[in-house]
Amino acid sequence: MTLIPMSLKVNGTRFERAVEPRRLLSDFLREDLDLKATHVGCEHGVCGTCTVLVDGQAVRSCLSFAVQADGCEVRTADGLAQGGKLSVLQQAFWEKHGLQCGFCTPGMLMVATELLERTPRPTKAEIEEAISANLCRCTGYYTIVESVQRAAEMMQEGAK
Amino acid sequence: MKPAPFEYVRPDSLPAALDALARHAPAGRILAGGQSLVPMMNLRLVKPAVLIDINRVPGLADIRVDGGELVIGALARHAALLASELVAKHCPLMVEAYRCVAHGPIRNRGTLGGNISHADPASEMPAVLAACEAKIGVRSAKRARTVPATEFFTGALATALAEGEMVTEIRIPIAKPGQGGAWRETANRKGDFAMAGVAAVVTVAGGKCTHASVAVAGMEQPGVRLPAVEKQLVGTALDAAAIAAADRMAAEVVRPGGSYHADPVYKRELVETLTTHALAAARERAR
Repeated sequence: MTLIPMSLKVNGTRFERAVEPRRLLSDFLREDLDLKATHVGCEHGVCGTCTVLVDGQAVRSCLSFAVQADGCEVRTADGLAQGGKLSVLQQAFWEKHGLQCGFCTPGMLMVATELLERTPRPTKAEIEEAISANLCRCTGYYTIVESVQRAAEMMQEGAK
Repeated sequence: MKPAPFEYVRPDSLPAALDALARHAPAGRILAGGQSLVPMMNLRLVKPAVLIDINRVPGLADIRVDGGELVIGALARHAALLASELVAKHCPLMVEAYRCVAHGPIRNRGTLGGNISHADPASEMPAVLAACEAKIGVRSAKRARTVPATEFFTGALATALAEGEMVTEIRIPIAKPGQGGAWRETANRKGDFAMAGVAAVVTVAGGKCTHASVAVAGMEQPGVRLPAVEKQLVGTALDAAAIAAADRMAAEVVRPGGSYHADPVYKRELVETLTTHALAAARERAR
């Protein structure tokens, strides 16, 4: 078994590791870096709960090999809260009951993060399009949409 | 499940990628966006011994116009093509079809070259490229060749790629005046694989259809055109009667196969209806 040395940034911290090529990015984050916010659901690209941002783009971490993220900047739901304080998006999910069982939440947070960075004032249709990538088996989609709408409002208020 | 072990190679140029492909044939597989290959590896449906990761090959994702053709590098991401002004201008049919393709994170990674090399019969792009009379640029370490889209797809998950070959670019004749195209599909939910999809491209001159191409997705084979339907359309005014005759014929000549969500009878009915809508929309755009 050949291990390949790699270096990447996750949530602003530099990590140097040697990985087996078949190591999925999702497993690398959870097992090798002990960052457990990223959930693993279907493991073949259907459910979206493992979504992370790689160089600012939302991707399924179960459909990427860790070695492919060599030199990249990865963001996960672990890095959203700062100093024990929820991010604006997380706060909005809290206020609007954007989660029930919470299993899909990390993926929802990351697709919403990408959306709000690209489109600070998304329409309802744009939010629905963004989260359509991910499954919520509690079917709590209405409150997830409301949470993202609320987050956009809070960010606009904060920017004033 | 987890993928079986493999050796990983990351070439930094196209010649290096082609060399690696030749060196590791037949065990080597190209890794582009990985949105079809990696799920199959996770499920252990495929176990390539060597993965050749082309994601860092420079220039392979370019989108440009060369003469009368829109040229798309094999590594161009679905998201980039969906957002591309060049594609919107020169092949609007592709953009319309891309609105039905998967979801944001999949489109961020998935590539056109990877999509067609996978050759899923339910996928939109093989039908779009067949209808647009695209040519697929293919290379190995030894030679380069061009294959018409309809000949590139040889069956479900099967292509004309020989051992050691990979797709490097897709060449699409740019839309001409008097030409209109449209994509229509039915899927269980937006972004799901199509139960049936129809791409129609028509050229109208002096009120008559001078050229037509119709291709279907969701059937037994990817990238299949319907020459009998096309022949019937040429020379007509593309009026309601001509379109009705064409869509009935389309429903007859397709080889639908069956799937969990749609049996062959239902698929024929979908093809009939979708052909009507695709042809009517294409005709309007041809004006």
